[in-house]
Amino acid sequence: MNSLDPQLLQLAIATPLVAALLIALGLPKRFSTKLAAVAFTIPALIALWLWWEFPAEGGGHYQYLSSVDMGLGKFGINLKLGLNGIALPMFLLAAIVGLAAGIYALRSGAERLKLYLLLLLVMHGGLLGVFASVDVFFFYFFHELALIPTFIMVGIWGGRDRNYAAMKMTIYLTVGAMLSLIGLIALYVRSGANTFDLIELKRAIAVQGIHGVAENNIFGLLMFGFGILVSLWPLHTWAPLGYGAAPSSAAMLHAGVLKKFGLYGLIQIALPLLPEGAAHWAWKLAVLAGIGNVLVIGFVTIAQRDLKQMLGYSSVMHMGYCFLGIAALSTVGSGGVVMLMVAHGLSVALLFLLATSIHHRTHTFDLTEMGGLAQKTPVLAAFFVAGSMASIGLPGFANFWGELTVFVALWKFSPGLTAVAIAGVVISAVYGLRAVAKVFFGQPTEQFQRVIAQHPPADLDWSERLPALILLATLLFFGFYPRALSQPVDEALGRQPVTTTATTVSFHR
Amino acid sequence: MSTELLKAIADSNQWWAIGPEMILACAALGLLVLEIILPKEQQRFIPAVAALSVVAVLVCVIANFSKTWGGEELFGGLIKLSAAGQIARVFFLTASLLVLFLASICLPRTRMPRVEFSHVVLVVTAALMLLTQSNHFVMFFVALETVTIGFYILVSYFRDSALSLEAGLKYLVLGALSSAILLFGIVLIYGAVGGVTIEGIVHTGFEYGTAQEFFRQHPDNFLAIAGALLVLGGVAFKIGAFPFQVWIPDVYQGAPTPVTAFLAVSSKAAGFAVLLVLVNQVFAPFASILKPVLSLMAGATIIFGNLSALNQRNDKRLMGLSGVSHAGYLLLGVIASLTVPWATGAVWFYLFTYMLASMAAFGVMAYLGLTDDAGQELDSYHRLAKEHPFLGAILAVAVGSLAGIPPLAGFMGKLLLFVAAFQAHLYGLLAVAIIGVILSIFYYFGWIKAAYFEPPANADIPAARAVPVSISWIGATTLAVLALATVVLGFYQQPLTSWLLK
Repeated sequence: MNSLDPQLLQLAIATPLVAALLIALGLPKRFSTKLAAVAFTIPALIALWLWWEFPAEGGGHYQYLSSVDMGLGKFGINLKLGLNGIALPMFLLAAIVGLAAGIYALRSGAERLKLYLLLLLVMHGGLLGVFASVDVFFFYFFHELALIPTFIMVGIWGGRDRNYAAMKMTIYLTVGAMLSLIGLIALYVRSGANTFDLIELKRAIAVQGIHGVAENNIFGLLMFGFGILVSLWPLHTWAPLGYGAAPSSAAMLHAGVLKKFGLYGLIQIALPLLPEGAAHWAWKLAVLAGIGNVLVIGFVTIAQRDLKQMLGYSSVMHMGYCFLGIAALSTVGSGGVVMLMVAHGLSVALLFLLATSIHHRTHTFDLTEMGGLAQKTPVLAAFFVAGSMASIGLPGFANFWGELTVFVALWKFSPGLTAVAIAGVVISAVYGLRAVAKVFFGQPTEQFQRVIAQHPPADLDWSERLPALILLATLLFFGFYPRALSQPVDEALGRQPVTTTATTVSFHR
Repeated sequence: MSTELLKAIADSNQWWAIGPEMILACAALGLLVLEIILPKEQQRFIPAVAALSVVAVLVCVIANFSKTWGGEELFGGLIKLSAAGQIARVFFLTASLLVLFLASICLPRTRMPRVEFSHVVLVVTAALMLLTQSNHFVMFFVALETVTIGFYILVSYFRDSALSLEAGLKYLVLGALSSAILLFGIVLIYGAVGGVTIEGIVHTGFEYGTAQEFFRQHPDNFLAIAGALLVLGGVAFKIGAFPFQVWIPDVYQGAPTPVTAFLAVSSKAAGFAVLLVLVNQVFAPFASILKPVLSLMAGATIIFGNLSALNQRNDKRLMGLSGVSHAGYLLLGVIASLTVPWATGAVWFYLFTYMLASMAAFGVMAYLGLTDDAGQELDSYHRLAKEHPFLGAILAVAVGSLAGIPPLAGFMGKLLLFVAAFQAHLYGLLAVAIIGVILSIFYYFGWIKAAYFEPPANADIPAARAVPVSISWIGATTLAVLALATVVLGFYQQPLTSWLLK
């Protein structure tokens, strides 16, 4: 390990934020776009380097640790950064999706491009910070930093209903964030550690857990707080609406990466620190996720006519698998969730990107008004088919390994819910293939023929191809070589003995 | 005269302790003299002289920050300097400087005399500073009345505007009522304490120390408890806590913008500075009675402030009513300080972040205001971000900080208060505060929405605001510094915490 690596980690987070500040201070547009391009690329390179450098057996401990006192050191709040086996894949995901979204945004020709890039950079910096934070407070802080730009982006560049969508998203997500903040403060006070440092918290809890009603309540707060942020049924309604209205790069980053904050928080913080609370809530969570997210939202997704809404609902549905994996309370389940988070993040970002590309060519998101696009734009069709296949969970894509592992873990927890989850795969195949068929195959509808006559569709240009290629290549890489992800995750989860004891608790119910 | 006598006189010279207040008072009088002796065309420099004198005093206070005379009672028990008092001085001086800045934007527009305004601001500032140093109920009342009378003048300063006069009258009537309540409380305390002999010395019952000692020995003296509650009621009027908040919307709307800012920031902060001293020192023996009373008040204040702000369209009323909810969060910190000592620092931290954000917001309001600045609706902010990206950005940072959105300073303030409240086991109040914060997102977001997102209802009619807005470099720098400080304090709190949270 290189002695400069901790600084590299800090640099990765600081680059987008500093670039955003420079743009805010009035950098001319010419330089702004160039600076933004650099600021999106540097974190991706650093993330790849850190992943490459990551010690093979080192996933159980935090690597690249650094700590800075920002002024609240006496309250146990320090900017402590580092990556463990769970954080590393998520950090890599954030960097890669951020790069893809950034490239796409640079060429999007959005109105007020400077402000758009500025907000996207803030979001990117926040996302990288979320997964690199060892300090629970900064974990939350960076999440909020990334969240605020989404509201503004939906409000300014959003599609139809943007005012309503922005308001609804803001209120729902603020409620979620506030609940989880209270949960985290409760952890801070009740653990007796009086620090937000996750390593110290784990140590304090290992000596003396919280136990009893307090533990159950804190887990409940975190579960519903994080749950709202991840669109746990029935608190999901902001998601399809928000994604439907969000501009593409914001949707890519939010659905792909930011939404994973809650799941990551549950796995990294709630499960190891509150094992009894997790066991108490596991069944309730599993039923909400299994019946609500997977089945109900699955059927709702099939009924969608709007392509972006459909993608929004499908992402809500896939979060159901992640919750099920968490509810299984086992190392295998949590590991599967991390794998699924990375895979879903890449595939949903790819699909949101392509959906916007489709819109540029069809001038509508309505699935019933398209058709036959594959003849005009074969490359776009190929990418979209690949993205849909990944989303369904076909072998060869990273999603497959994630879903498979979750199902294996879930079988031990409840065979009935496993059946529900597998039925969900069929549902997602139905709407995925249906969307592909409606957009790309068959005969163009009358409305679409009129659009074609006015604006003959061109195939993907390089500014769309490059980000799509980055995302798809990563998906395939992890699909064929899942060990690159699973090994550090395994190491990290294996170090949390509390999770396994929790499993036995749940077996004896 | 012997040298010993001179030396004794020199040693007992305590006037330096209230040097800053004396300098301000002299400067205030000096302004009036300057107006008489200077020729007409040079009188426009007088407000600058006022601002400079505030800066000079601020520098002096910061230079002698740790000099508190060992916390001794001075002037026969009237005054006691403390670290908190020094922090308060810095706070009030900074706030007054910003008020003078706001006045330099608003007053020329309405052709109102600026010298008198600066004069009253300086006097009120000195009184505010004395108020937080006071160690004696008579001193406390005199300082408070000086502040209040100053505000009577300032609130109705736009004497040809009906709304301003109405605001002045309302503030006068309700202010007098609150003074009466406060005075009655002081008298009751005096009646209970006065004349009681402790260790053979007869005390008047006005000194904080004496009163506290008496309360400790007689924790269930009915007269004293009633007096304490009435005094707190008088203070609650200043901070705008429920049920003493009725004056806020109308007075805030009618008062000139700089005065609204002065009321919202300094007057409220003074209330909290006094409240912290009263609750933690003088009335500390009554903690078991005060805690439920203050808790009820805090909860009701948060709920009332947020609910009533939901439907406001006038920007100053919105600031006023949301300010009520901020008072509620701060009360949470005051209650927490009963059991968690560092909560006092958290309250001050919150007040500083509140000052930065509020002053930035009031700055934007001042620039956009018309001659009659009571009528600004949220609709006046339409397309602000497009037409004045600078003012739009300042407004976004300020409102975001007031809403407590990370990574802005306001969030850090709320976080510290909430952590303190959690450590003090105030779970119920915390839940109320969280609901309040979520409600507040709605109306603060509406403001941002007006400036950034929504197309105006009728796109052809230009928004009712001062066009074109020309911002001097001083104004631009001041607003930029306020906004930057708000952002930087969100990330890096060392400068404030190393000072407030020892």
